[in-house]
Amino acid sequence: MTTNPTTTISLLDRLKRGGKLISDGGSGTYLQANGLEPGGSPELMNIEQPEVVRQMAADFFAAGSDMVLTNSFGGNRFGLERYGFGDRVFEFNKAAADLAKSAATEGKYVGGSIGPTGVLLEAVGGDFTEPELYEAFVEQVTGLAAGGADAIVIETMISTDEARLAIQAAKEHTDLIVMATMTFDKGPRGYFTMMGDTPEDAIKILSDAGADIIGTNCGNGADVMIEIVKRIRPITDKPILVHSNAGIPAIVKGVVEYPESPEFMAPRFKEMAELGASIIGGCCGTTPKHVAACAISIKGA
Amino acid sequence: MNFVHDGLAAEFEYVTREGERQHIGELFDSGDALMQETAYNLITGNHNEVSRLVEQALAEGYTANDVLDDGLIAGMAIVGVKFRDNIIFVPEVLIAARAMKAGMVHIEPILSASGVEPAGTIIMGTVKGDLHDIGKNLCIMMLRGSGFVVHDLGVDTKPDEFVDAVMEHDAQIVGMSALLTTTMPNMGVTIEALEEAGLREEIKVMLGGAPVTASFAEDMGADGYGDNAIEAVDRAKEFVEADN
Repeated sequence: MTTNPTTTISLLDRLKRGGKLISDGGSGTYLQANGLEPGGSPELMNIEQPEVVRQMAADFFAAGSDMVLTNSFGGNRFGLERYGFGDRVFEFNKAAADLAKSAATEGKYVGGSIGPTGVLLEAVGGDFTEPELYEAFVEQVTGLAAGGADAIVIETMISTDEARLAIQAAKEHTDLIVMATMTFDKGPRGYFTMMGDTPEDAIKILSDAGADIIGTNCGNGADVMIEIVKRIRPITDKPILVHSNAGIPAIVKGVVEYPESPEFMAPRFKEMAELGASIIGGCCGTTPKHVAACAISIKGA
Repeated sequence: MNFVHDGLAAEFEYVTREGERQHIGELFDSGDALMQETAYNLITGNHNEVSRLVEQALAEGYTANDVLDDGLIAGMAIVGVKFRDNIIFVPEVLIAARAMKAGMVHIEPILSASGVEPAGTIIMGTVKGDLHDIGKNLCIMMLRGSGFVVHDLGVDTKPDEFVDAVMEHDAQIVGMSALLTTTMPNMGVTIEALEEAGLREEIKVMLGGAPVTASFAEDMGADGYGDNAIEAVDRAKEFVEADN
């Protein structure tokens, strides 16, 4: 058990008193621009190129992030095993948290990132049991807590069952604040997770599972996120987190380009805050410049 | 169409586009109670029942081909439409695919022994450097559910692995998937490898994946693009029909 009660109380208190927290931008986007090979393991950089990962956190903090996420999105045993590192979960996650924490100054927070395992539970037609996924999440949250993360941020979840297991693992094996966000796609009948949950259903499941802060991330650009915030704000008293991507990327002359610029997203970040989101930041395609634009639009220069 | 199974008739009401009502409705023209019960149990994902019904049909003298076409493929056609239209989602499709598999266990040995030609042979894989396969696997299930033989090369598939598989299986179609923007260009690299191997003229290439678009597929030199699993089946059918 890792305990960090001072941070825990002050962060939640800050948000419940109406405070707004600026989060960071896309780690994958940053790392790809700084040496991550296409298809390479981002988490391996925590071990082999720690200075790049530390600098990423430092750059986001300098741009105005109050909270930076660790480079551990795919750091569960299933994700790491695809690269042959399935037995190094604790080491990779502890290193991820250590690096972000070493760049954090007084009053700044580090959120331990947990993404989907990439495997499917039996309940949704896959081959894995709930205890198997729970154990994988326990391993990951334990490493992140040991490295000094202030919170666990369960993100980009497509299955509410999997998200619930991650929340339970974090709640039962750390004393950290737990944030959990789902990704919704717009289909012919509106917004659903890949597994078919509406925003309302999903938020209720995350909330009932014990997440302290709930919300949505990734998606399809800032305007879509505004629509989702409008839907989930009325149904929960818990603080809301929104990490918007910069739209769906296009490849222009061999270079990946995200359509939404910092200038485009800035007023939309502000609108998310005004609609009641407490933690606002970016996801895929957002850079320190997007974070700076977000911070200025919400908190002023 | 001629429905003798109430549950199946209700399922058919989810098919609302006129052309699809016509086309899928024809699959149920025979009005055969056993086939309709099989289709219904496939749609609702009851794999034990599908297995039992297929065995029963074969024992009663239905041909393997009839069971495949009038029971399994007909049911899967409705699953595909419901999935595309957000009536059902990934879990229900995977569970229907499991039921399809439970039926195919009895049918496949008969089909391969009798030398019945499949709708077509397809090589599918996620491109080099990319480890994401949920979308590709859904496409494979729907393609198999539509009578295609699919050879799955898995994730992180190198261009020469696609080339080798096309030659080994004498495939007509190659399907590639990518989730990462960084690996999308490997679709173009693979198409070039197929060209260099002298295979490009003989095969059709279709692309898909979350960040992939129709215009990107065109830029890469592909023959088609599918936004979802049902469109992957549509493309494959178009390719095969154009070839005949």
